[in-house]
Amino acid sequence: MESWRAQPAVFWAFVLPGALWLLCFFIAPLALIWLLAFGERAGPVEIDITWTLANYAGVFDPVYIGLFGRSLWVATVATVLALVIGLPVALAISFAPARLKPLILLLIILPFWTNILIRTYAMIAVLRTKGFVNFGLEYIWQLGTVVLAPFGLDQAVMGERFVPLELLYNNTAVIFGIVYVYLPFMVLPLYATLDRLDRSLLEASLDLGAGQIRTFFSIIVPLARPGIVSGIILVFIPALGTFLISDLLGGTDSLLIGNVIERQFKAANNWPLGAAMSFVLLYVTFAVLALRAWVAGREGGLGKA
Amino acid sequence: MTDTPIVTFENVTKSFGRTKAVDGVSLAIPRNAFFALLGPSGCGKTTLLRMLGGFAHPTSGRVLIDGEDMADVPPNRRPVNMVFQSYAVFPHMTVAENVAYGLKVTGVPKAEIGPRVEEAIAMVRLDGMAARMPDELSGGQRQRVALARALVKRPKLLLLDEPLSALDKKLREEMQLELVRLQTEVGITFIIVTHDQEEALGMASDIAVMKEGRILQIAPPRQLYEHPTHRFVAEFIGASNSFECEVLGIEGGMARVRAPLLGELSVERASADVRAGTLIVRPEKMRMDFSSPDPDPGEVLVEARIDQISYFGDLSVVYLTAADGRRLQCSRYNTNRIDKGDPPPGTPCTIGIHPEDLLLVGD
Repeated sequence: MESWRAQPAVFWAFVLPGALWLLCFFIAPLALIWLLAFGERAGPVEIDITWTLANYAGVFDPVYIGLFGRSLWVATVATVLALVIGLPVALAISFAPARLKPLILLLIILPFWTNILIRTYAMIAVLRTKGFVNFGLEYIWQLGTVVLAPFGLDQAVMGERFVPLELLYNNTAVIFGIVYVYLPFMVLPLYATLDRLDRSLLEASLDLGAGQIRTFFSIIVPLARPGIVSGIILVFIPALGTFLISDLLGGTDSLLIGNVIERQFKAANNWPLGAAMSFVLLYVTFAVLALRAWVAGREGGLGKA
Repeated sequence: MTDTPIVTFENVTKSFGRTKAVDGVSLAIPRNAFFALLGPSGCGKTTLLRMLGGFAHPTSGRVLIDGEDMADVPPNRRPVNMVFQSYAVFPHMTVAENVAYGLKVTGVPKAEIGPRVEEAIAMVRLDGMAARMPDELSGGQRQRVALARALVKRPKLLLLDEPLSALDKKLREEMQLELVRLQTEVGITFIIVTHDQEEALGMASDIAVMKEGRILQIAPPRQLYEHPTHRFVAEFIGASNSFECEVLGIEGGMARVRAPLLGELSVERASADVRAGTLIVRPEKMRMDFSSPDPDPGEVLVEARIDQISYFGDLSVVYLTAADGRRLQCSRYNTNRIDKGDPPPGTPCTIGIHPEDLLLVGD
């Protein structure tokens, strides 16, 4: 990588478009929001930058702290679920016959071809009281009633009438929605790592007397760590900031910090507070990433010692 | 029963789709042998080895280890251990953890693991490296870890898949000696897969030569070199000169043949099955005269011209064209340090071959 010095024109031709793009559409807006966090509302649309810390102080209201806490909790549960579901899926794809792999990967990314809003609405159709899940359950209920009726057991076992499950408008629905939407972000980096895994390592583990489960936890999981970490980051960070999923699938008690931030910018028209909240969320994310880097560094150090 | 073979293949066939990687192999490997499966790539030798490890399953036939049918025994329950071609040393474990892994997962008591791991590490001469990570080791050291990891389990059978192919020449020779030493020391049957004839000849007590899924010949190294039964074996192991010939009559172990350049003569048959085929003679067993033909009694003389002489240090190989256009090669040890000068290409010379150095082999 010293040839960029020899060919500066080529180097800049490749770097400049991306750099300009990031500057205009990422760095600049971020700086703007950072500035707004130190502002005061001076009218319906005007904001004066007064370098006040009142907005940041406002973020530490117990209500908002509770929301941060819940967001962290929901994002963590969703990430863990995505990992638990995604790891076997990724493993299965990496062991699938070579000609099936592209097809399965296509199926994994197929949902991306549909807008997230539509996919989330589709979840409503699946989960609501008169949704597909409850239709299915009702069908099974009817079937059970018919089968049990001759024995006079139908009412005793199956109940007098079908009571649909309340699947929508609660935290479970939000977590379900996050897992559903972000699962590909878990599966893809996991697959990328597992597919590169030297198969003879797994054979060696079996050869040395370990069973399949032991091999999974002692060899596959540790060696898939880079993929696991990427997957966790790719799911956890958007999950932490999501507002659409909680807005559509959540109930009154499943507000996440993302929803509150969205409200500051829209309904409440309090951009400075929203900006401060955004940055606190950003700092929390940084803290989580720093924590993981620290843990990785410590373990790496221990391994070498 | 210690005289039963440790490994038996009974008419084993393995098909991948339409191709047969292993085609009706029957083979018995004696206890405490250093057994080599030798052949060109794609001859099925690795598939045979993987069947012993439990990573491939015969399409038909039986594989027995120590008299026990292995059909339903998964890899982790077999009394065998394998040294993989890529070594497959676990990159996230230290040398000691790698070696201990196979004991830990099979529930060997902790108190026993420590000493056994130490002993195994010492056996492969990696003392002082127990705490190293694999990426801090050289290729040769990683291979020793793979060896220690397999031997610490005290298997009935150690399988080695092209163990030396990734090492440079010097290290390879060193590891050959090391493997032979280990085999005598631990008294375990070693089965090695290789495509390198020198490796097989130098280490193995018995060698099976394979071609296209079949075993052509099983013999100790010396017999394999001096008494190959097939032309393929003769040409795969070492170099040889071939003369197609007409068999005039069979007399016990001998055959009366007529061959171009050599005329009519009696030669040894490689085995009782050989009734027709090719005459072969090893390059170092031909006498070469540059000046006046001075034949030994009973020698057959062949007139030829020198094409090229390749110098390899210890020996030189002389490539020749015989009177009928046939290519021959003849090797000579450079026993003198003084250079007497090689004759230039085109020099006529006379080759002397003793009929007892000729062998009739099957095609």
